[in-house]
Amino acid sequence: MSDGVVIVGAGQAGFQVAASLRQEGFDGPVTLIGDEPGLPYQRPPLSKGFMAGKQAIEGIALRPPPFYEKQRIELLAGDKVVAIDLTGRSVSLASGRRVRYETLVLAVGARNRILPLNGAELDGVCYLRTDAEAVGIQDRLKQARNVVVIGGGFIGLELAAAASSLGKSVHVLEAQTRLMARAVSPILSDFCRDLHTRRGVGISLGVGLREIAGRDGKVREVVLSDGGAYPADLVLIGVGVMPNSELASAAGLAVANGVVVDQQLRTEDENIYAIGDCADHPNPFAGGRVRIESVQNAIDQAKCVAAAIVGRAQSYQAAPWFWTDQFDMNLQMVGLSGGYDRIVTRGEPESRKFSVFYFKQGRLAAIDSVNRPGDHIVGRKLIANGTPVTPEQAADLSVDLKALALPAAP
Amino acid sequence: MSLFGKKEKETAAVTYISHTGDTRQVSARIGDSVMEGAISNGVDGIVAECGGACQCGTCHVYVDEAFLARLKPMEENEDEMLNTTACPRRPNSRLSCQIPVTKELDGLIVRTPEAQQ
Repeated sequence: MSDGVVIVGAGQAGFQVAASLRQEGFDGPVTLIGDEPGLPYQRPPLSKGFMAGKQAIEGIALRPPPFYEKQRIELLAGDKVVAIDLTGRSVSLASGRRVRYETLVLAVGARNRILPLNGAELDGVCYLRTDAEAVGIQDRLKQARNVVVIGGGFIGLELAAAASSLGKSVHVLEAQTRLMARAVSPILSDFCRDLHTRRGVGISLGVGLREIAGRDGKVREVVLSDGGAYPADLVLIGVGVMPNSELASAAGLAVANGVVVDQQLRTEDENIYAIGDCADHPNPFAGGRVRIESVQNAIDQAKCVAAAIVGRAQSYQAAPWFWTDQFDMNLQMVGLSGGYDRIVTRGEPESRKFSVFYFKQGRLAAIDSVNRPGDHIVGRKLIANGTPVTPEQAADLSVDLKALALPAAP
Repeated sequence: MSLFGKKEKETAAVTYISHTGDTRQVSARIGDSVMEGAISNGVDGIVAECGGACQCGTCHVYVDEAFLARLKPMEENEDEMLNTTACPRRPNSRLSCQIPVTKELDGLIVRTPEAQQ
């Protein structure tokens, strides 16, 4: 019997490798090792439906316990891989256990970037990554009155929207001069700022932080560099993540912006793959190497690797897509807009239903859709297939994008 | 923390029939979606990659005609997403993550397609 596949990390990507291997008919041992206790679960609802009180924590598990038994997936939860022995093809766990592999998949994810700020250790200052942390934050939200969110990216804004919808006074502090600056165009940043301020969420842009001040070990206010301060009995920090590269690095594998892999998501060691949030991979939609933090990327990279393990190796070339829910706004994104040189809008932002089309050197690179799911869905096809679309076509509501997405008649 | 806790909750019967005719009836919790009723009871044929966010189209079902009129109408996002499913869309196609289990739907029958992705 072979040593089978060992998957390090039991998040969305790790889980999907295990599930897809069985779907592909892989018959050898599959071991899924996660450092969090409990069953693999979905993270997106933690800052969205769950935080807003619309979704129960019981409902976020990816599959119930019998699934793992039935699929013969050995789940080692609450144990951490501390070292990889490349020559011996085994991993060592914190518990002292050693597990041998034939193929190793690193799906080790990312961790929150920690804000180097005085007072960040005070009680009432929270980060969100795990289900346990989400439950903790939701619990604190019950008592909280003034919530300050540090970071105006997706997670920060989703948390702000959830807290605000629970009736809290919420203020968002962002270092950049606009919201979600890393991901979207100024049109969307402005739209989002308007969306939040209309609901009573305060937004301060381009601000520096001096410290988080407290009393008796509990948070009291967030102090800005200019001396201004916002009272807070709960501070939520969402300032990005860092890939968990250390395990790979310590084993001697190349790391850069994450664990370095090739087009087939393989590391320098032919028996080891890396996928999901931790994988620094060549991506045709980025025109270079990139690391993507998303459900889509986790799932599609997992499927790509599962296929490779059963002998159908292929280059990873799934079109990236993302979504965020804030108040009544569903923002869906497809493609990677970085480096765009032209944008056009389809529909008016004032109508609260519009899409932004991003072009790079004349080619459609990405589409962000606000409450226009039709544009997003057809956009997934246009982007994936590299269908030629002109800015004029994109902006013209009388042009049927679906017709463009269809293959030309023979 | 217990995921899939055993808390007693009101339920409704939902029957899932696979494309090969395998039939599973489960007691789905009121308030859960028809997708969650399948996943939490280990019913095959529903994938639900996005976890119920109406973003992936992999929890496609064909709803038994007798129940169609009792469902709340679909929203635009579901309507669009149904154009992306792996198996053909039919007039009784729905995404099961967008159908909340209610008392009125007790006895609901859905058929799962041959493929979800």
